Amino acid sequence: MKSLAELKAIRDKAQAEINMRKENPNAAKVLVGMATCGIAAGARPVLNAFVEEIAKRGLKDVTVTQTGCIGICQYEPVVEIEIPGEDKVTYVKMTPEKAVKVVNDHLVNHNVVTEYTIGTATR
Amino acid sequence: MRELSLNVMDVAQNSVRAEASLVRITVEESDKEDRLSIIIADDGCGMTEEQVQQVIDPFFTTRTTRKVGLGVPLFKLSAEQTGGSFDIKSKKGVGTTTTANYVKSHVDMTPLGDINSTVKILIQCNPDIDFVYTCTTDNGSFSLDTRELREVLGDVSLDTPDVLEWITDFLEENTKEIYGGA
Repeated sequence: MKSLAELKAIRDKAQAEINMRKENPNAAKVLVGMATCGIAAGARPVLNAFVEEIAKRGLKDVTVTQTGCIGICQYEPVVEIEIPGEDKVTYVKMTPEKAVKVVNDHLVNHNVVTEYTIGTATR
Repeated sequence: MRELSLNVMDVAQNSVRAEASLVRITVEESDKEDRLSIIIADDGCGMTEEQVQQVIDPFFTTRTTRKVGLGVPLFKLSAEQTGGSFDIKSKKGVGTTTTANYVKSHVDMTPLGDINSTVKILIQCNPDIDFVYTCTTDNGSFSLDTRELREVLGDVSLDTPDVLEWITDFLEENTKEIYGGA
């Protein structure tokens, strides 16, 4: 059974790394639309896929968080990626599989996955 | 919504928007009594009586990005379609409590689904808010209180990957325990 003692060990380990993580202005942001529309369209597994893939690759400067509805409910699940110094990219109709590709291509290699973006979807 | 846990995630966002510092999510399930209750209680900004009436209306929202607000109406529907009940109690400046009661065996009962994932995501995405999640079945009960975790963690944030993994495992193990390994 998980115990608070175990949590203490996690704290001690995390404290050693904490300075690197804190408020990094260069951190990339992954914003998953999690209003009623996003949730109903399947945003939760998409968010989980981002978190898992980012953890698997050990990416440090990425935060994954939820955001509200940006008004394009028909394209949910919507994910926005903001990397400082680069244009914001909006991905639409996301799935956990697409999320893995976006992490690898966009967050790691800085190549936008054009076929998943809103620009391609509305064309 | 395919799972009630998704309704919970949705409605709990309202508590976040209401600037709550503590959100209590309670799930009580009893096969013996054929019922499931979900209670979401926050200490956020609360609503006036008039506003409480408005949130039940699908065509009311405080958003400006779209004209409908379906979070609360969908949650209400999910409960009432099983012959259960739904209630919101709110007081301006004190907080809001939303209660949904379900008749489990009803043909229109939506499965609870992955409530642990909902709790984890809420903690992960709102590391500055405290959550108390309590789950009770015929076999027992357990709680996760982020205030207790915070005490142990000190200045280590709740959204640290290793901490989230601990939370996931904690929820999973305890759920197994009170659902009799099912």
